[in-house]
Amino acid sequence: MTVTPADDDLIPASDDAGAPAAVASRWKRNENFVLGTLAVIAFLLFWECSVLFGWINPLFTSSPSRIWAAGYEMFRDGSIYPDLAVSAEEFVLGYGLAVIVGVPLGILMGWYSRLNAVLDPFVNALYATPRIALMPLIIIWFGIDLSAKIAIIFLSTVFPILVNTMTGVRTMERDFVKVARSFGASDGQLFKTVALPSSVPNLLTGLRLGLGHALIGIVVGEMYGASAGIGFMMQTAGATFQTDKVMVGILIIAAAGMSLTQVLKMIEARFDVWRPDHHV
Amino acid sequence: MNAPRPVKLEAKAVRLAFYNERMKRQLPVLGGIDLSVHEGELVAIVGPSGCGKSTFLAAVDGLVKLTGGEIVVDGKAVTAPGPDRAMVFQQDSLFPWRTVSRNVMYGLELQNRLSKAQIRERAAALVDLVGLSGFAEHYPHELSGGMRQRVNIARALATDPELLLLDEPFAALDAQTREFMQVELLKILSRAGKTALFVTHQIDEAIFLANRVAVFSARPARIKEVIAIDLPAQRSLEVKFQPRFRELQDHIWRLIYEESASGGMAMAG
Repeated sequence: MTVTPADDDLIPASDDAGAPAAVASRWKRNENFVLGTLAVIAFLLFWECSVLFGWINPLFTSSPSRIWAAGYEMFRDGSIYPDLAVSAEEFVLGYGLAVIVGVPLGILMGWYSRLNAVLDPFVNALYATPRIALMPLIIIWFGIDLSAKIAIIFLSTVFPILVNTMTGVRTMERDFVKVARSFGASDGQLFKTVALPSSVPNLLTGLRLGLGHALIGIVVGEMYGASAGIGFMMQTAGATFQTDKVMVGILIIAAAGMSLTQVLKMIEARFDVWRPDHHV
Repeated sequence: MNAPRPVKLEAKAVRLAFYNERMKRQLPVLGGIDLSVHEGELVAIVGPSGCGKSTFLAAVDGLVKLTGGEIVVDGKAVTAPGPDRAMVFQQDSLFPWRTVSRNVMYGLELQNRLSKAQIRERAAALVDLVGLSGFAEHYPHELSGGMRQRVNIARALATDPELLLLDEPFAALDAQTREFMQVELLKILSRAGKTALFVTHQIDEAIFLANRVAVFSARPARIKEVIAIDLPAQRSLEVKFQPRFRELQDHIWRLIYEESASGGMAMAG
């Protein structure tokens, strides 16, 4: 039979020449995904078998089935929920506060060079210091309750957001400023129509970097001294050699990091409509 | 020639100097420019590179302050950018985060004198005028260089300026697109009925587009000569093969060459 190209989508490929070609193109499209999935499955099998055959001691490494069982149990009996809730609260408050402070302050520092001159030494020094080093001070000031965690997450997150936003505002294209001025833009209009939109890509990069720092802040903050939270749960499980539970904690943190990054990437994709060369 | 028309733009002994950080002194760029442009006229400015043509255009737009003399548009001295003038910049100056129609709306949005619906209507009409119907919702990076310059022209026309200032608008285009855009620009300008000042470094472009060509001297720039282009008013690309076109081209080339040579010697001395 003869199939015109326009009909390709409607009529299933029935001639012999078409079928292998279709399989080949489907393989090409999914090659990376399939290879990645196979590699993960192979790794999990190897891990499981190593424990099964007694090559390694599960006390140190646990095993996929043990981690699954431990995780299932923690969700079934509900013992994980208080820890999840505490960590989520810390994250929302610490990260939220960092965005509320970092974005406007970054914009102001990018816009007013005097303000930048005044604050720059402090921002630079704090951005260069590993914020974890401030943990003993934070414990002295805030104790070990929620506020200490919010403080460390805020300090971890606010600088990448602030510095990137500031850079975005400062590096706006001079040509665009000229265009805006030529059309008679006031300072306020220049800010709204040029400075803000051109700083959006940098701002989003800052938010994404800040995310990673926030997760570090949660774990370290809770390990340092806490009474609940995923980091605290991992710390106590580790101290009592419950490797399965530690692994569950790691998986939860990893999943949170990956899904939050994905959300931000989707937001970034919205702005990629006008940024053809900046796909992440 | 034509009956005398009212003067739209008058530059009187315009002087301009920039402070040079490295040399720690004032560097004169414009050394007393006298030029008048009549209503409906297109005057092109050519000159040796770096002579201050674009600076003069920026001064007419009100983007830079004069150190002497005066620029008068419709009887009013220019001190800052105003709605009576609009600049067509080089192609990278379109806002990449705005669609074609929102780029065209930009000036009107800033002015805030029309309603949203009126602004949209006017932008749509201008997108049609420059021949981009169907591309209104595209982003600049989805357009060719020639199409982007049409958007740029539409953006400048949107605020309905009395005087259109074009700063080497076709410099980044390839030779064929540039010739095509030259013809298009003449059509757009005659349809919109605008006065225009056009800076270019291409002599043939200046002759083809302009009623008069002003040749700038080397820095500090003065007007070396203003040449009336006595070619038929209705221009098509064939005009470039006429002997008179070649004569004018030769004449202007010589003027610029003299200036480049003397400028070079001045720098050496």
